[in-house]
Amino acid sequence: MTVAATPAPSPATTGEQSGVRLARSRRNAELSLLLLAMVLVAAYGATVEANLLDTVTPDFWMPAAALGAVFLGLHLVIRFLAPFADPALLPAVALLNGLGVGFLRRIDLGEAPVADRESLAVFAGIGGRQLAWTLASVILAAGLLAIMRDHRSVSRYAYTLGLAGIVLVMLPAVLPSSISEINGAKLWIRVGGFSLQPGEFAKLALLVFFAYYLVRKREVLSLASRRLLGIDFPRGRDLGPVVVVWLISLLVLVFEKDLGTSLLYFGMFVVTLYIATERVSWLLIGLVLFFGGAYLAYFLGSTVGGPFANFYVRAEIWLDPFADPTDKGYQLVQGLLALGTGGLFGAGPGGGQPEILPEVQNDFIFAGIGEEIGLFGLSALLVVYLLIVERGLRAALAVRDSFGKLLAGGLAFTLGLQVFVIVGGISKLIPLTGQTTPFLSAGGSSLMANWLLIAVLLRVSDGARRPVTGGGGKAARPAGGPPEQLHGAPTEVIKP
Amino acid sequence: MNAPLRRVGVVVMVLFGLLFANLNWIQAYKADEYRTSDYNGRVQVAEYDRKRGNIEAGGTALATSKETTGKLKFQRTYPGGAKYAQVLGYKPVNLADTGIERVENDFLAGTSDQLIGDRFKDMFTGDQTGGGNVLLTLSKRAQDVAYDQLRNNQVGAKRGAAIAIDPRTGAVQALVSMPSFDPNPLASHDTSQAAAAYNRLEQDPEGPLKNRALSETLPPGSTFKIVVAAAALENGITKTTQIPAGPSYTPPTSGEPIRNAAASICPEPQISLLDAVTESCNTGFAQLGVRLGANTIKEKARQFGFEQEDLTVGQLGEGGLPTAASRTGSIQNTDGGDDPAALAQSSIGQRDVRMTPLEGAMIAGAVAHNGSQMRPYLVRQLLAPDRTTSYYTAKARELRQPVSPQVASDLRDMMVSVVQNGTGKKAAISGYTVGGKTGTAQSAPDRPDHGWFIGFVLDKNKEPISAVCVMLEQAGPGGSAEAARIGGQIMRAAIADPGGR
Repeated sequence: MTVAATPAPSPATTGEQSGVRLARSRRNAELSLLLLAMVLVAAYGATVEANLLDTVTPDFWMPAAALGAVFLGLHLVIRFLAPFADPALLPAVALLNGLGVGFLRRIDLGEAPVADRESLAVFAGIGGRQLAWTLASVILAAGLLAIMRDHRSVSRYAYTLGLAGIVLVMLPAVLPSSISEINGAKLWIRVGGFSLQPGEFAKLALLVFFAYYLVRKREVLSLASRRLLGIDFPRGRDLGPVVVVWLISLLVLVFEKDLGTSLLYFGMFVVTLYIATERVSWLLIGLVLFFGGAYLAYFLGSTVGGPFANFYVRAEIWLDPFADPTDKGYQLVQGLLALGTGGLFGAGPGGGQPEILPEVQNDFIFAGIGEEIGLFGLSALLVVYLLIVERGLRAALAVRDSFGKLLAGGLAFTLGLQVFVIVGGISKLIPLTGQTTPFLSAGGSSLMANWLLIAVLLRVSDGARRPVTGGGGKAARPAGGPPEQLHGAPTEVIKP
Repeated sequence: MNAPLRRVGVVVMVLFGLLFANLNWIQAYKADEYRTSDYNGRVQVAEYDRKRGNIEAGGTALATSKETTGKLKFQRTYPGGAKYAQVLGYKPVNLADTGIERVENDFLAGTSDQLIGDRFKDMFTGDQTGGGNVLLTLSKRAQDVAYDQLRNNQVGAKRGAAIAIDPRTGAVQALVSMPSFDPNPLASHDTSQAAAAYNRLEQDPEGPLKNRALSETLPPGSTFKIVVAAAALENGITKTTQIPAGPSYTPPTSGEPIRNAAASICPEPQISLLDAVTESCNTGFAQLGVRLGANTIKEKARQFGFEQEDLTVGQLGEGGLPTAASRTGSIQNTDGGDDPAALAQSSIGQRDVRMTPLEGAMIAGAVAHNGSQMRPYLVRQLLAPDRTTSYYTAKARELRQPVSPQVASDLRDMMVSVVQNGTGKKAAISGYTVGGKTGTAQSAPDRPDHGWFIGFVLDKNKEPISAVCVMLEQAGPGGSAEAARIGGQIMRAAIADPGGR
């Protein structure tokens, strides 16, 4: 757990020593933290009932228990299949997920007629559906941990995943709006009463591809360069893939009308590129391209309109939501009013009226929760998110192979960026875009994709903390072994 | 790769730092504004846990709350529909409230300081004592007549207003603005339905949400001659003094010649002031105004209540429905001297002179009440939820003394003459002394004229009972006669039911 604290870890020489120190799996710490998280979720549910029903029903603990059981199952899977995984990840995510389910159940209670509230079933309403999705997602995550015994094995499917990722991204854009459009953003595939956001899964697939591609190309991308103004710029022909991804993200912006997703993809790619090449110039190029593109879209939206108009309108709402508080600015205004009403400590779980917020189960869940737990509660939630992201980055720092570093670093950063985009959006820090709040928002796609992301992080962190000399015994690498074609794998020399 | 990974970690820290900073900034600088915002539906939802008090007039509930089974426990309803809409306003769930519902909100909702005893009691009993009741001065009968007559006016005017005041107290007996609206859909608990209803009313070109009786200002036309006549009476002219008249008059410097409404009106070179008012002689009053000077006219108008911006109609204290100020406008040249052309036109209530119907009724009221103008009010009494204790009872208050009793008596005679012998005959009520003054005001060359009537009714002991003002916007020919007729009908109703005071 403290591998990064050792100064300049160079596994080649000190591997043996740190192996001894890392031998502790800390699974019991994970278990107790998980129990603590579930106690918090149960307490949240009890408070909600006390405030909304004026009584705590004898069944108040049931959602927390159902969640606790499935998380406990995942804990056991980790204990056997990834014994050295980071012990803080699962409890932190479980807490967020549990509070999300609890809050959605609270919305159901608030919207139900007073007489029916006490008899609301555990799996009823959006809260119940979210609970079911959680169970499915966690099982899926456990399955991924079981199949993927070594994170390097996924690199074999990098090109397949990359292609799948692009298809998933573009799919809603080419489908007719009747299938793919919800609230002005073409991000969905709706079949019957069932809707899926393929972009959530595309994130994962694309990142695997990026990591694989960049590990192979990092030499040429970081060495062949031209120097300008003291900064190394890459050669023109090496810019190709960056430009392609930039174009894809702009296409997403224009045709799927979603700035957030576009920002997410592009930020994800630029950051993995930067991690791979260690060239600040990539960050600069990325920022210039993104802000240039966004400004261009804004400018075109104000003059040409058409596909750019949506972005222009969103930017205008961001600049002054109170200019049209009952129509265009309605969502953002109501979100801000909820945050303002919450104050420092909030109205208490169940004590506010978050159900009057538009989209409170999706985009505005953070504002809705904020109304009831206040600034202090929201700060705590943000710290939990920050903890997950930083633990992910810690796994990236500690893992020995470049592919794992890129994968874990990219995933952790993407998660953090998504939280920034949506929380910044609803609090009027940046223009609001329809992103889900990871682990909180109602929605199966998002929840499932993010749990898969956590499974990958768990797997990478297990690889990072596992003693080099095979102390894990039976958890040794699967038959496939480390893919030898991976450039620079286990014996990478770390650059200063 | 570890160095950039660490830097990415720092970037994430910075991004989250920005989120923290922004959330803190919202709580530190914006939270109060957001919490109390008009668009914040939460504040109101808490209010719906307690039964809101009634608004009543003459023993009938005009606004009342009914228990529901929904999330909001009480539904506000307005049994009178559109008839009382401009007075009561409405109390929507998510939109801004208006009218008496707004100005007496604290008392109706039960959150007023005066009802602290009930809240204190509730803490121990666990009950939710409702809000207090507001009793209005309105006369049901006068309001009925004003609303029906205005709506069914015989000249086809689409917009207009009528107001009746008790001249002795200032209690408002009737207040109608046309077109009106039904406030019930706005109070719907289905907030999107309420918002749709509101947007429809807001976008209606006829402006049904507007309270024209208190806040529409239009050129008053000849009704303004009462003000000029008052100024004349105070400057050495009597009822019988002959003043210059004639078929047309061109002001000394320039301008359009001023004519009379008909060739039969004051073609003779001289006419008594009494006859000039009775016949509504434009040429006489234009010359009278030029002789008196702009400052005299403006000062007299001000003493009658023109230019007052802060008058509110509710309780006789703070708060109440806002009113627009009536204006005489600029009658000066650029060098500061009188502009005779503007002065001549202003003296017959044209040019930049603008008056609210309320001001018209207040002028008539002051004339009827011996020159004493009472402060108008709508709220007669605030009654505790259990209806036993009264927290406020209106005590009539003089607002100002525009003219002396002697001048008021002369003006009264002239206005009575208007109804008996002149343009206001349709306002007459048998057995009572009715005085008044009609007005026909040009709005724009291509638009029909506005019709006005201001008037009062006295009983056999010469005690004033009611003062009215009726305005029919763009009514066209016959507008002022129709206004006089409606004014007479309202006063007749006010005689039968003078309302509370």
